[in-house]
Amino acid sequence: MLVSYRWLSEYVDLTGITAKELAERITKSGIEVERVEALDRGMKGIVIGHVLECEPHPNADKLRKCLVDFGEGEPVQIICGAPNVAKGQNVAVAKVGAVLPGHFKIKRAKLRGEESNGMICSLQELGIETKVVPKAYADGIFVFPSDAPVGADALEWLGLHDEVLELSLTPNRADCLSMIGVAYEVAAILGRAVKLPEAVVKENDEMIRDYISVRVEAPEDNPLYAGRIVKNVRIGPSPLWMQARLMAAGIRPHNNVVDITNYILLEYGQPLHAFDYDRLGSKEIVVRRANEGETIVTLDDVERKLTDNHLVITNGREPVALAGVMGGANSEVRDDTKTVFIEAAYFASPVIRQAVKDHGLRSEASTRFEKGIDPARTKEALERAAALMAEYAGGEVVGGIVEASTWKEEPVVVTVTLERINGVLGTAMSKEEVAAILANLQFPFTEDNGTFTVHVPSRRRDIAIEEDIIEEVARLYGYDHLPATLPVAEAKPGGLTPYQAKRRRVRRYLEGAGLFQAITYSLTSPDKAARFALETAEPIRLALPMSEERSVLRQSLIPHLLEAVSYNRARQVENVALYEIGSVYLSRGENVQPAENERLAGVITGLWHAHLWQGEKKAADFYVTKGVLDGLFDLLGLSDRISYRPAKRADLHPGRTAEIALDGTVIGFVGQLHPAVQKEYDLKETYVFELALSELLNAESEAIRYELIPRFPSVVRDIALVVDDNIEAGALKQAIEEAGKPLLKDVALFDVYQGDRLPAGKKSLAFSLRYYDPERTLTDEEVTTVHERVLAAVEEQFGAVLRG
Amino acid sequence: MKERLHELEREALAKIDQAGDLKALNEVRVAYLGKKGPITEVLRGMGALPPEERPKLGALANEVREAIQQALEAKQTKLEEEEIERKLAAEAIDVTLPGRPVRLGNAHPLTRVIEEIEDLFIGMGYTIAEGPEVETDYYNFEALNLPKGHPARDMQDSFYITEEILLRTHTSPMQARTMEKHRGRGPVKIICPGKVYRRDTDDATHSHQFTQIEGLVVDRHIRMSDLKGTLREFARKLFGEGRDIRFRPSFFPFTEPSVEVDVSCFRCEGHGCSVCKGTGWIEILGAGMVHPNVLEMAGFDSKTYTGFAFGMGPERIAMLKYGIDDIRHFYQNDLRFLRQFLRV
Ligand SMILES: [Zn+2]
Repeated sequence: MLVSYRWLSEYVDLTGITAKELAERITKSGIEVERVEALDRGMKGIVIGHVLECEPHPNADKLRKCLVDFGEGEPVQIICGAPNVAKGQNVAVAKVGAVLPGHFKIKRAKLRGEESNGMICSLQELGIETKVVPKAYADGIFVFPSDAPVGADALEWLGLHDEVLELSLTPNRADCLSMIGVAYEVAAILGRAVKLPEAVVKENDEMIRDYISVRVEAPEDNPLYAGRIVKNVRIGPSPLWMQARLMAAGIRPHNNVVDITNYILLEYGQPLHAFDYDRLGSKEIVVRRANEGETIVTLDDVERKLTDNHLVITNGREPVALAGVMGGANSEVRDDTKTVFIEAAYFASPVIRQAVKDHGLRSEASTRFEKGIDPARTKEALERAAALMAEYAGGEVVGGIVEASTWKEEPVVVTVTLERINGVLGTAMSKEEVAAILANLQFPFTEDNGTFTVHVPSRRRDIAIEEDIIEEVARLYGYDHLPATLPVAEAKPGGLTPYQAKRRRVRRYLEGAGLFQAITYSLTSPDKAARFALETAEPIRLALPMSEERSVLRQSLIPHLLEAVSYNRARQVENVALYEIGSVYLSRGENVQPAENERLAGVITGLWHAHLWQGEKKAADFYVTKGVLDGLFDLLGLSDRISYRPAKRADLHPGRTAEIALDGTVIGFVGQLHPAVQKEYDLKETYVFELALSELLNAESEAIRYELIPRFPSVVRDIALVVDDNIEAGALKQAIEEAGKPLLKDVALFDVYQGDRLPAGKKSLAFSLRYYDPERTLTDEEVTTVHERVLAAVEEQFGAVLRG
Repeated sequence: MKERLHELEREALAKIDQAGDLKALNEVRVAYLGKKGPITEVLRGMGALPPEERPKLGALANEVREAIQQALEAKQTKLEEEEIERKLAAEAIDVTLPGRPVRLGNAHPLTRVIEEIEDLFIGMGYTIAEGPEVETDYYNFEALNLPKGHPARDMQDSFYITEEILLRTHTSPMQARTMEKHRGRGPVKIICPGKVYRRDTDDATHSHQFTQIEGLVVDRHIRMSDLKGTLREFARKLFGEGRDIRFRPSFFPFTEPSVEVDVSCFRCEGHGCSVCKGTGWIEILGAGMVHPNVLEMAGFDSKTYTGFAFGMGPERIAMLKYGIDDIRHFYQNDLRFLRQFLRV
């Protein structure tokens, strides 16, 4: 809402308060003033001049040579390029020495050999936006009415010695979509009175019922419809002060009748519509829902298809307006209009919102209906419009108001105690302080022993309950006066849940291990949604995605992590190690919330370690990635319950992928990207993993119990076993551990060999076995006995023989 | 014979002095102190002396031996030290060469901010509540006093999946969910961090996915002044002692009264700078007293219980704290960006 400071001062005395100060006070009390703009933008020396002569420029087709009189001194010659400049006009002239917006100084000049002593200005040159400049002057200079005094300050006549406050209104404060509403707000802040405009309608002897009748067939959409007839109007420009106010508020002036409806809209917040009575085509108005397939050509010359979701004003046969949104072209007020039917109605918000949505049409009128107007002021606004039309369009107001109404003003009475106010706010206000605030708001109230009974005026439709009153009191009391305290409550310790605490440890571990945390988008494209997913379900698609790229919820974190790697590679960052913890979304059927499973995923590519001047260099590979996971399982105390099994998964290297199981149930995988996928994402050798984090964090790990630190020496024996090359080291190791129980404490693989010194199809795996008894020193014989058992077991199970 | 011994002493000491290394020194030792050395030789000729002379000469011979021995040891120590010096000198390295790097990653800046805020409120007795990102219309809007058709729904253009299911537009649904779990009995004291989604086109200041932290306290006798005190405490811990906060009236459907909360600028101490756009204040939070409808819908008696709620954006806080200029950085995962947040 754009509020002219000078206009506002007609309703509230603003003496002693500048526009800037006012803006600050308004902002502090609850409505944000986004900016305050001085309309004269530093302009100086612009006066109304009279064009005495206007003839073609001798050397230029598009220029005119004008002789302009300022009412004093000699008339001067000014060259003007505007196509509409003509002899006899009163125009805005920037004299030599004048300043236009942007510190543009007017100097004496020669244009194509002819002297020019100033500049005849268009409204745009005076800082007014093209979209609000009256159409007649949009492409040329502005022409003042002939009674504008020559030599006077043009800016004053254009209402530009003014400041405009731009209010940013929250949806609850629709009451401030009008000058009167803002006046009440300002009056409450300043503790001053509101002066309402007066409307005295002089009616002729005729009766409106002879002209028109109204029937509302959709009373829920239209609880109140009122109208007046003004006849013998003369369509022409509205008074300049009115045009100036409309332009300052962002509305383009059209003609006196239309401008008056817009002026009332701004003043009362009540949208009005003016019909050309003679073009209505009947003597009745019927308000109803549109019929399916019905059409209307609106004022903007667009034919609109209607459904029964839309409310229309009809002449009993066909629509003449899309109610509350835009009038129809068929009944539009034109230059030859003689009789006007003014509509002042209260349309309910839902039906208007629907029309705005369906037709993509939002107007000053529809915005107000959508947010809700004050029906108690509807007829007042109608009266004021009729009076202005009589005054400024030369009209004659026909006797009576035509009306169809089911609306009844329902009084809103709210009671609130002083104790409650202070209890909720933590303040110590007195009865008198609260009473003063209510009085400034002009809310009628009674007070009895600390209980306030407040009669809420209909203009404040946002106030209905106790808390609404408390808020009004609080904001006008001033939040700066609110004390700062802390809740008085039983002291209960806060903290993380075990799950949250473990998740943080997992993060710190991965970061300590060299991975950076990534956060990627949850929305993805359909082709990526289920890729790599540990578990898949029906894709969950947005009803109205903004793009196909972000249309479906992800089922795996890996695709976006790969995109992050590509992104980095494209920026010469080749060595990337990222992890992400986030949800994947698995459908459980339509119209139910999906399962949101927390996953941990990672991607590693490029060099894992490099210390180049010492010649160390280690590229990321499967085992680097697996090592990170092994550490994680250790951290969570789950190592003994985790197993890796070779697996084939889509998009992963068939020979370099393992599924990871917790207690035998698959909870994740680790592997190299399939070369085809590496190529697709433009990646080099890249390793990925994804784990069901929630399963890992929810798995109970054993409580820590101290074990004796070894007091006796252990015995270490190394063995190299030759087996077929398809034997898995993990299985072999497990068999060794089994057979060596209970004295065998550790088995570590320290060498893998395959090559010339072994028969084809064979490999050698070397293990270091540590035997230990916490109670005593083992004898050589005891160790040998167990060791022989181990060797026998692996020979039997895997055909493993000691490498000679 | 006496002279001979003195002569031998002089000779030996001279050779010890000349010995350039341990080997040469050892040769001197063998030559003069060995069993077949010249001193032994001199003593063997002692038989020719009168008996009373013999002990004197024996004593003298021992003195000479002792002197040579001492000289040898001193020289030996000196040579050994020189040897070590030489060796150490040869072992010297360039200490300015780079060390073997320890690989370190780090948390995402948003996680840093979120965890910092979590810890700060945990210290004030809050717990962390987490909930679904795919929400029902009921919890995302209706339970928060935003019935269907409410004009404020326009303020949050949402990603709907079906008519009843959508991506949550704020973390506020956790307010209703947590209160319901408490079955009408306080106190409730929670912080809810999480991802939220809105139908915005991604640009420098908008992101269709972002994070939010919501706080909620419900109990008997919770006052708006408690909100002010709590948030002032928060602002001071997050942005430094000496910070102040101010409330500006605002509107949210789920709180009443509602306020926007500004923190005095940590860059310019309130004098005005580019961070605070010259105002001395930075808008950080939205907050208010929980709307009675929200309390009632979640099963709390709004006559006995009151509460406050607040919400903030970790992206905005991270952007302010670290001077980040574009919200898209948070979701591009550019290592050159992520790496900058290693320091604690
Ligand atoms: Zn600042």
